[in-house]
Amino acid sequence: MDTIEKKAGRQIDVKHAENVVIRFSGDSGDGMQLTGTQFTDTSAFFGQDLSTFPEYPAEIRAPAGTVAGVSGFQVNFGSKEIYTPGDAYDVLVAMNSAGLKSDLHKVKKGGIILVNTAGFDKKNLNLAKYPEGADPLNDGTLDGFTVYKIDVTKLTKDALADTGLGMKEIERSKNMFVLGFLFWMFDKSMDYTIGFITEKFGKKKEIMDANIKALKAGYNYGDTTETFTTRWKVDAAKMAPGVYRQITGNHATAIGFIAAAEKAGLELFLGSYPITPASDILHELSKYRANGVKTFQAEDEIAGICSAIGASYAGALGITTSSGPGIALKGEAMGLAVITEIPLVVVNVQRGGPSTGLPTKTEQADLFQALYGRHGEAPMPVIAASSPADCFNAAYEASRIAVEHMTPVMLLTDGYIANGSEPWKFPSASDLKPIKSIFTTENNNPGGKFLPYKRDEKLVRPRVKPGTPGLEHRIGGLEKQDETGNVSYDSANHEKMVHLRQAKIDKIADSIPLAAVESGKEKAKVCVLGWGSTAGAIKTAVRELIADGHDVAHVHLRYLSPMPKNLETLLKGFDKIIVPEMNLGQLAMIIRGKFLVPAESYTKVQGLPFTVEELKTRILQTINSK
Amino acid sequence: MSADTTTAKLTAKDFASDQDVKWCPGCGDYAILAQVQRVFPEFDVKKENVVFVSGIGCSSRFTYYMNTYGMHSIHGRAAAIVSGIRATNPELDVWMISGDGDSLSIGGNHFIHLLRRNFNVKYLMFNNQIYGLTKGQYSPASEKGKTTKSTPYGSLDEPFNPAELALGAKGTFVARTLDRDAKHQQSILKRAHEHKGTAFVEIYQNCPVFNDGTFFIYTEKESKMEECLFVEHGKPMVFGANGDKGIKLDGLKPVVVDLAGGASVNDLWIHDETDRTKATLLAGLFDNPAMNPHNPRPFGVFYKENRATYEEDLINQINAVKAKKGPTPLDRILSGDKTWTIA
Repeated sequence: MDTIEKKAGRQIDVKHAENVVIRFSGDSGDGMQLTGTQFTDTSAFFGQDLSTFPEYPAEIRAPAGTVAGVSGFQVNFGSKEIYTPGDAYDVLVAMNSAGLKSDLHKVKKGGIILVNTAGFDKKNLNLAKYPEGADPLNDGTLDGFTVYKIDVTKLTKDALADTGLGMKEIERSKNMFVLGFLFWMFDKSMDYTIGFITEKFGKKKEIMDANIKALKAGYNYGDTTETFTTRWKVDAAKMAPGVYRQITGNHATAIGFIAAAEKAGLELFLGSYPITPASDILHELSKYRANGVKTFQAEDEIAGICSAIGASYAGALGITTSSGPGIALKGEAMGLAVITEIPLVVVNVQRGGPSTGLPTKTEQADLFQALYGRHGEAPMPVIAASSPADCFNAAYEASRIAVEHMTPVMLLTDGYIANGSEPWKFPSASDLKPIKSIFTTENNNPGGKFLPYKRDEKLVRPRVKPGTPGLEHRIGGLEKQDETGNVSYDSANHEKMVHLRQAKIDKIADSIPLAAVESGKEKAKVCVLGWGSTAGAIKTAVRELIADGHDVAHVHLRYLSPMPKNLETLLKGFDKIIVPEMNLGQLAMIIRGKFLVPAESYTKVQGLPFTVEELKTRILQTINSK
Repeated sequence: MSADTTTAKLTAKDFASDQDVKWCPGCGDYAILAQVQRVFPEFDVKKENVVFVSGIGCSSRFTYYMNTYGMHSIHGRAAAIVSGIRATNPELDVWMISGDGDSLSIGGNHFIHLLRRNFNVKYLMFNNQIYGLTKGQYSPASEKGKTTKSTPYGSLDEPFNPAELALGAKGTFVARTLDRDAKHQQSILKRAHEHKGTAFVEIYQNCPVFNDGTFFIYTEKESKMEECLFVEHGKPMVFGANGDKGIKLDGLKPVVVDLAGGASVNDLWIHDETDRTKATLLAGLFDNPAMNPHNPRPFGVFYKENRATYEEDLINQINAVKAKKGPTPLDRILSGDKTWTIA
C-alpha cells in the first residue's frame, strides 16, 4: 500500500511497511552502536515494537577498516509484534568497505544500501581485502539493490565547516549525519536524539551544537536532495497498553536481582570476575551502592562464587555472574553450595565455546554443563531466560527458588539476549510475587542440639544467620549426617542424603507453572520445543506457519531442572517433536532420554541465532515428512 | 546449649564442639586447638558472633572442633569465602584456618588478594611443610631437595617464605609462632585478635607422621634458645641460651653479634613492628639451620600496620553515595529514566 508524497515538484514514493530491518555497519570507531541505539529509542518512543542485535568485534580496537573490526547494530522495528531482530536487512548502512563486505549477503533482494563513499577509497577497499582494482560501488556488485551513495564524510565536514572544530571532532559527527538522514527516510522525529545530545554534551557546548547540526544536516539532505525519492512509513504497533521502557538482557538480569533482594528483604551481594558477555551485569549492579548493593570484583572466577557463598552464608542473597569458561572454574564451589544447601544464583551468559571459543558470539551449548557440570550427584535447578526483557523475570525467579528452597540455582542467558534489547512493559514493585526469606532463630530440637539439616515439608533445611545465639553449628563440604549435619562417612547415610538432595530439587516442580503451548494447540501434529533465547525466532516461525494453515505448536521451556510436571504428558500429545537449539542437540537428548519420545534435533552452531526462515524451512520438513 | 551462654563467663570448654577430634596422635594441631580454645574466653566477643572458616587439609578440620559457627569449605578457597562473609556482616569475628598447601599452593591467589584487601580476618596458617591429608607429598613450604612420595629424588622447587610473601602481598599484620610454645602462641593469638585487618599468623606445626621433627630445632629446649629469635616491639633483638647473642643491622644486613664477646646491647637492632622495610629484613631471616653459620629464625609479630579494612571502605562508600543521592526506589529502578506510554 504505497502512497505518493508531492513536494516542491518532487514526487516521493512512500512505502508503507509492517516492519523494517536496518543494519548499521561500520568501524568500531564510527559510532554504530550509538547510532543504532538512538534510532531504536526513537522508534520505541513512537510506539513501534522492536528487537535489536548488536554485534561487536572480539578485539577492542581491531585494525580500522578491516572486516574483523566491523561493529554492527541491527534493529527490527514495526507496527506488528516483533520477536527477533530480523533475518535479512531491508536497509544496510555501510560506513566503509568492510561494513559492506561483511554484511552485503544479508541484504534483502531490492533492499536499500546506503554507503558512505568516503569509506570506499583505495585504502579502505584494500583493508577490507577487496581484490586489487575492485570497485564494488560501480562494478555491478550492487545490481538489484537501491544504492544511495553519499559522501557522508565530506557533507559532514561542509556542514560543520564554520563550527571551529578540528577535523577529528567533525569526523566523529558523521554518524549523526547518517542518523538524521535515516530519520528523514523513516519519517521520524529528531527530538529524542536532540534531547540525548543535549544531555550528553551539555557541558561541551561546541560538541553539542556540532552533533545537532550534523543531525539536522542529514535530515535536510534527505528532505531537499531530489535524488531521494523513497520514504518509508511504519505505523505504531498495537502493543498492550501500559508504560514501556527499552532494556537489554544484562540490564534486566541486574535489576531482576535488585528487585528479588528487595522483595526478600535481603542484602544483595555480587561476587564476579569480568568476562564477555557477562560483565555488564557487574557494571550495572555496581551503580547501586546507594541501595546498599555490594558488588565485589574478585581476583578470579572461583573467588567470585566463593565470596558469594560467604555472603549468602552470612545472610545476603549471593550472586555470581559469568560465562561458560568461568562457569567451568566455579564447578567445585557450586558443589559446596549444593551440599551446604546455601541460596546462591549462578548466572551463565553463554557464549560460543569450547575454551575461549567465540567470546562475543552466542550459543546454547552450556545446557549440559549447567545440568551436570559438577562432580558427584549435585543437582541444581536450572532456568533459562527467553528474551532480553525476560531476563528480569528469570533472574527474579532464580532468586526466589534459591532463597525459598535453600539451593544454588543456575540461570542461563546468552550473548544474543544479553546484548539485545526490546521494549519492556515493566512491572511495578508491588506486582512482583513475594519472596519468602526465613531465618531461623529458635532451636528446632528443644532440649537437644540444633539440627541444621532437619527439613521441612518441602525438604528445605533451616537457614540460620551466624550471629544467632544458641544455634552455633558447622557446615561444610564433607558428607552430612541426616539432620545433625555432622560429618558422616556412613554408606547408608550417604545414599539417603544423595536422594534427599535430589528429592528437594525435584519438589521445586510443585511451585513452578505447568508447561503450556505458546502458539498453536495441544496435540498438534508437530511441536517445536525450544528453550532460552530461541523463543522469539521460534514464535515468529510457528505463528507464520500456523497462519499458512499448518498444524504446528510451540512449547518453550524456562525450567530445565526440574521440568514442569506435565511436560511428559504434553509432549506425548504431539505426533512429532522438533527441538531447535544452538548446540549439537542437548535438550533433544534429554527429552528423548527422560520421556522416551522420538524428538528430532535441529541444530545451528555458528555463533548466530536462528533466522525465522531457517526455522520455517526445517519445521516444514518435519511437517511434510511421513 | 542456651542463649545465655552469650552473657555468662565462658571457658575453653564452651568453645569445644561435641565432635571427636580425629587428628593423628601427637599432631601439632591438638596444641593449636587447645590454645585457641583457651584464649577465646579472654576475648570480649559473643560466641554466636564467632565464625571459623577453613579450606581443605588436616588443619582445616579445625572448624568442626570449635563450638562456634563454622564452614569447612573447599581447597584453598576459604580466603574468598571469608571475604564475602566480612563484606556482608562486619559484626562477625571471623577466623580462617588453613595450611601451607591450602594457602600457598592451591589457594595462593586468594591468599595474596585477601592480604592486600585487608578484610578483618584472623588467618591462622598451620605450616608443617608437608601435605598430610594426601599422605606425604612435599608442599610449597618444603625445603628444596625434600624427598617425599612424589619427589623420590628430591623436590626441585624453591620454597616460599610465607612471612615474606605475606608482607609482599601488603599484609597489615604478619606474625610467626610455634605449636609447642603455648605461651608464645597465646600471646600472638591475642595480638592477632586485637588487630583490625587481616592478621596473618604462621604457626610452625609438627606432622608426626609425614614430617616429624622438622621444627624440633626451634621447639625443643636443647636448641630452641640458640635457634629462635623472639622479637618484641621496642626491644633489642637478643637470643641465645644465655641471652648472649644479638642481631645488629649493618646497613641493611642483619649480623649476629656476640654480647659476651664485647658487643653492646645498645648497638642491637631494636624491633619496630611498624617499619615495613625492617619487617621485610626480619622476615628474610630464613636460613636453613643446617647451614653453618646461620641466622636464627625469628618469631613474634614482624609487622603491624593500621590501614582501613576493605569492609570499612565498602560501608563508607555506600554511606557516602547514599548521602549524596539516596537510594533509588525500586519502582524507579524498574522504570529507568526513559519510558513511553501505549494508550
